[in-house]
Amino acid sequence: MSAIILFMAGIAAIAGWWLSQQRLTAKPWLEEGLMVDFREESTSSLPPAKIGLGVFLAVVGSLFALFISAYSMRMNMVDWRALPVPRLLWFNTGVLVTSSIALQWAYMAARRNDIDGVMIGLCAGGASAVTFLVGQLLAWRQLNAAGYFLASNPANSFFYLITAVHGLHLMGGLAALGRTTAKVWRGAEATQVRLSTELCAIYWHFLLLVWLVLLGLLTGWTDDFLDICRRLLT
Amino acid sequence: MVDVPFDTVVAGVPPAEVGEVELYHPRSWWTRYVFSQDAKVIAIQYSITAMSIGMVALVLSWLMRLQLGFPGTFSFIDANQYLQLITMHGMIMVIYLLTALFLGGFGNYLIPLMVGARDMVFPYVNMLSYWVYLLAVVVLASTFFMPGGPTGAGWTLYPPQAILSGTPGQDWGIVLMLASLILFIIGFTMGGLNYVVTVLQGRTRGMTLMRLPLTVWGIFTATVMALLAFPALFVASVMLLLDRLLGTSFFMPTLVEMGQLTKYGGGSPILFQHLFWFFGHPEVYIVALPAFGIISDLISVHARKNIFGYRMMVWAIVGIGALSFVVWAHHMYVSGMNPYFGFFFATTTLIIAIPTAIKVYNWVLTLWRGDIHLTVPMLFALAFIVTFVNGGLTGLFLGNVVVDVPLSDTMFVVAHFHMVMGIAPIMAVFGGIYHWYPKVTGRMLNEALGRFHFWVSFLGAYAVFFPMHYLGLLGRPRRYHDIGETAFIPASAHDLNAFMSVAALIVGFAQLVFLFNLIWSLFKGKEAGGNPWGAASLEWQTPQTPPGHGNWGKELPIVYRWAYDYSVPGATRDFVPQNEPPAGLSAQGSHP
Repeated sequence: MSAIILFMAGIAAIAGWWLSQQRLTAKPWLEEGLMVDFREESTSSLPPAKIGLGVFLAVVGSLFALFISAYSMRMNMVDWRALPVPRLLWFNTGVLVTSSIALQWAYMAARRNDIDGVMIGLCAGGASAVTFLVGQLLAWRQLNAAGYFLASNPANSFFYLITAVHGLHLMGGLAALGRTTAKVWRGAEATQVRLSTELCAIYWHFLLLVWLVLLGLLTGWTDDFLDICRRLLT
Repeated sequence: MVDVPFDTVVAGVPPAEVGEVELYHPRSWWTRYVFSQDAKVIAIQYSITAMSIGMVALVLSWLMRLQLGFPGTFSFIDANQYLQLITMHGMIMVIYLLTALFLGGFGNYLIPLMVGARDMVFPYVNMLSYWVYLLAVVVLASTFFMPGGPTGAGWTLYPPQAILSGTPGQDWGIVLMLASLILFIIGFTMGGLNYVVTVLQGRTRGMTLMRLPLTVWGIFTATVMALLAFPALFVASVMLLLDRLLGTSFFMPTLVEMGQLTKYGGGSPILFQHLFWFFGHPEVYIVALPAFGIISDLISVHARKNIFGYRMMVWAIVGIGALSFVVWAHHMYVSGMNPYFGFFFATTTLIIAIPTAIKVYNWVLTLWRGDIHLTVPMLFALAFIVTFVNGGLTGLFLGNVVVDVPLSDTMFVVAHFHMVMGIAPIMAVFGGIYHWYPKVTGRMLNEALGRFHFWVSFLGAYAVFFPMHYLGLLGRPRRYHDIGETAFIPASAHDLNAFMSVAALIVGFAQLVFLFNLIWSLFKGKEAGGNPWGAASLEWQTPQTPPGHGNWGKELPIVYRWAYDYSVPGATRDFVPQNEPPAGLSAQGSHP
């Protein structure tokens, strides 16, 4: 459970930092009247949707941290046989990086009020994300063809499960991306889609980060790190 | 149906006047009352659904008590059915009733009103949240009608037995149970995002975090915890579902079933327990923290006194929320864990007693020399404190490894958790309903029926669960539908069981009186007016009762003070509403 504990410690640090900005030592029973500068006191200037996405990413992060925790506990059992990672995953990783860059490009174009740039960025991001998903499916087929079935070993089960969950999250992102692209298609101004584009870009970067961590886990690079964590707890 | 695009939701501080376009408006009967995006309607939908499925769980508890009190008398309850009863009763009560009612019901109704917002920040997602929850409830309830019936794995659903053929509901029950949990978590996440972001970004001007009523603090912290803890149940459910359906071995060890070697091998049931309890322990506080908040507000209003130690109350809520993530393994002392682990988790468990005790002391000190009105909500609030202390003290017993080991899996544990997270939160729920019903409907609940409901429920619950501690100390195991002639259980214990069963039936019937009161008062109750209790917090200051669409008329309120200005020396009334400007300031944006 070390991965989730580390993750929770990170969340606790962020929450603690945020709370420390909130004047939790105030004595509300003595403070009557309008707060001096309530704009700063009350709520931050970030749009709610961005905060909402941040909270959602914490939830998704918690989900993957738990999968990693389960993975690291289960891989210690005697029947674990690590499976060879298909080379295709490297290509897929490259495609996902491209996708992330494209969306960042779209966001930057939105900030420049360049609506054509936004359209290009969104379409390129979407297309490469779809390519990534197809690539993941091909990787599954390769593994299946090589005899690494879902239920034949826990390492296989985790591989299929974790990549599936990651893929599903990307598909959810594609739905939001589709809505934004449709908005641009219908002739929205760059300022109108700036926030949506930014949210898509943030979500993509997050999923890329998660994918890199998962890749490290599935290829066994992080085994030493997991081992150290495990020893810390025992 | 018109939903507000995220981009147009007001950023940051809402302006004093909100334009018409920015609020979602229902256009038809369907979008006003069924597929509504108004948090108040969603709250009522959540509450009715939760209470309906809760009634099912109540009936299940009657059947269990009939079997325990009069074993062998009722031929329609056999060992398998008994296991199904305890499983469904536990799961429904903990997740589908309490979690949904506190967060989906109270949270949806109270958060926007208490922070001075017009609605939740993402109304469309909020609506989806309810419909996914309803689907989860329907899937869960459907297991009663499936071949093999609902699962009998116990509410903890421990593998390997949860998915083996000896356990009732192995065909459909367990699969649909896991599917329902997954749906519930997806639905909850949608709602939870709303509750958190509304508290963070939807507050009206002047409403600093330290001016929030403790109810909002409780619901907010519980929601954050739930958002982070429910993924653990999600992961556990998905992996168990794969073990059951596709034959993976995440949790399933090599074992022989009915003389046959199963296809499983090498999995770790302990892994499931870790995941389950990583969710399961925070879940206790997900239910308790909103109750803490509600009780704080009830006590302050009905004792006409400001809450004692507001800052400490807030810190304690946050502290309990954080600590509850590092105590989960105290549910696993008998799973063969490393003794040092047990020591660590016993220590963290006992540390939680500190912030919890701070809260109890502060409630008592709020009552101290207050002008206590023994209204029905106040009676329930007082009953909550007593019951929570009771259940909390037995928690100190069970938190210690050496005491827990002999008591584990006895009725003592059942008595403990029913006191602390069954009776106590339900007292808070009832107190909250009697308190806020006038705001929701514009009418008071009938007082005489309320008192009858309170006394029968309170005394009856103690008649059921106090003796249960004693049965546990005798060594009566839990989850046994009939222990027959057992040497260490005296005959008098059977009489005690019969007594408890009769008490449980009576308590159950008192809830029917409550339901009758809810419906009868809707039409015949006394007119309540806008603020029948003389409460200071914002939800009682709405221009209309029940609050209209958009909550606040033309202008959002401005908050000038905290929520607990009761019996202020020199004030004209014994409470000062949060939106009443101090002397010398013009009443900008406030309502009379």
